[in-house]
Amino acid sequence: MSSLTSALPPAEGMGPRVARWGLYLILLLFAAYYLLPLVVMVSTSFKSLDEIRTGSLLSLPRDISTDAWTYAWTRACIGADCRGMAPYFMNSLVIVVPAVIISTLFGALNGYALTKWRFRGANVIFAMILFGSFLPSQVMLLPMAQTLGFLGLAGSAAGLILVHVVYGLAFTTLFFRNYYVSIPDDLVKAATIDGAGFFQIFTKIMVPLSLPIMVVTIIWQFTQIWNDFLFGASFAAGGAQPVTVALNNLVNTTTGVKQYNVDMAAAMIAGLPTLVVYALAGKYFIRGLTAGSVKG
Amino acid sequence: MTVPSSSYKATAAPIAADTDAPARASLGELAQRHLSKLVVAPSFAAILVFVYGFILWTVYISFTNSRMLPSYDLVGAEAYEKLWRIDRWYVAIENLLIFGGLFIGVSLAIGIVLAVLLDQRIRGEGVLRTIYLYPMALSFIVTGTAWKWILNPTIGIQEFVRDLGFPNFTFDWIVQQDTAVYTLVIAAVWQSSGFVMALFLAALRGVDQEIIKAAYLDGASLPRIYWGIVLPSVRPVFMSAFVILAHLAVKSYDLVVALTGGGPGYASDLPATFMYEMTFRRNQISIGSASAMMMLATVVAIIVPYLYSELKGGKRV
Repeated sequence: MSSLTSALPPAEGMGPRVARWGLYLILLLFAAYYLLPLVVMVSTSFKSLDEIRTGSLLSLPRDISTDAWTYAWTRACIGADCRGMAPYFMNSLVIVVPAVIISTLFGALNGYALTKWRFRGANVIFAMILFGSFLPSQVMLLPMAQTLGFLGLAGSAAGLILVHVVYGLAFTTLFFRNYYVSIPDDLVKAATIDGAGFFQIFTKIMVPLSLPIMVVTIIWQFTQIWNDFLFGASFAAGGAQPVTVALNNLVNTTTGVKQYNVDMAAAMIAGLPTLVVYALAGKYFIRGLTAGSVKG
Repeated sequence: MTVPSSSYKATAAPIAADTDAPARASLGELAQRHLSKLVVAPSFAAILVFVYGFILWTVYISFTNSRMLPSYDLVGAEAYEKLWRIDRWYVAIENLLIFGGLFIGVSLAIGIVLAVLLDQRIRGEGVLRTIYLYPMALSFIVTGTAWKWILNPTIGIQEFVRDLGFPNFTFDWIVQQDTAVYTLVIAAVWQSSGFVMALFLAALRGVDQEIIKAAYLDGASLPRIYWGIVLPSVRPVFMSAFVILAHLAVKSYDLVVALTGGGPGYASDLPATFMYEMTFRRNQISIGSASAMMMLATVVAIIVPYLYSELKGGKRV
């Protein structure tokens, strides 16, 4: 991946030099624009309320105080429940971990079956699985709420796990299918001749080869499900709500003095897991993004 | 994003040919082939019910008189007639047009400019790219909390600039009926333009270096090379980016909830928030379902021609 302009000789002289400074200036200004909300969030979360009142939007905290973080984590009121963000953070974990594992597993099996053991209509089935993910979730919300009710899963973490697994299948299947397509069929054929069966080939040959796409899929699913708000807001009740819904309730509570530092700390708490994953494995996230960007 | 059409071709390959040959299909192979179907079956069944079945269910509900609870008495297109008599729905549609148009236009413009600028052998390109793209990793409910604060006139940018010594500076779009929708654009562009940049940057890196060298030796200037050769050759990316952004615009929900809550009043409602409000808060389930069908129709109108051209184009190559 070389830069386009590397085909051209390097620029010389004063004019291009000035242009280059301008170029960097523009790029840095954009960087500032993208960073602004994060900077405001982080710096405000470490300020005391007094300092917020006297200081300005962009000023950095004079005395770094972690009070807002502790308060947001343990004591902030989400509705009438004043246990802080901690239990809701745990709710999200309880939903995200099984949902990611199950949907990734199914995606890998589907991708394998659809590429290496092709059957008549495999393409149509894949197209139908994929097409569903383009459609707005709003057309499925009400029936989903009803169905969860019939199944006795309304308002529970299990219900949300089910929802996220089903609506994640399109992407996990897409990722693995497109990855397995590039693995030579001869590998599978040779193993079949040696007498290996469907699942044996999957666990012995395909899975060991799948590490990169597995990372992409897990990161993608983790980010999507952790950040979900619509399903959480529609299907989870009270104490079972995920962290995004709790955050929204916290921020929109209008009683009492508005504690902006607590709001910002709570937002950071809700955003930190995906932010950390992005910082550590951004490359894989971006790969998933370009492959699965259609999901809103 | 979609299935690269080339991979469709690649798969129609050896294994399929083998298993289709009846003479060689032993009993074991037969079992294996069915095993493959059995493995896909649960996922496919789930999608069939939870996506396509649910859509039909919503279609049905939209033709009933359901209010607080779903009822199953068909009453014709009443809900649709009511929907199109509700002022709030027109506000939501108009906002979607304003928001969608600006969001797509500005995101494309910023994304392309950033991609071209980053393509100039920039030092620290990796760091800049990481910064431009991180908004996509965060929920809008999270970043919306910060945006709400920044846009709030009494504590955000307006106050900040006034403190700098411009007491008449005004930036209160978020609390004004007719400008609140533009604050959605600011925040949505912030979230998605880095992603558009990434799409275009990847495409720019795929352009044939030799053509560019030749154009340069012919005396073409850098801007002319980009405008005349490079951008036209990444045309397919415009299409993909447009479809992705349009589709995001129609689905936008978190954004509105976090930033304006649809307010002031319902001035910054979008169809997605309208649907939620009608279905879950106002006991107008049939109208909510009708509005969901409108959203579905819009998305299908964007997606289907695109997918069709992608697949058709793929076969030609």
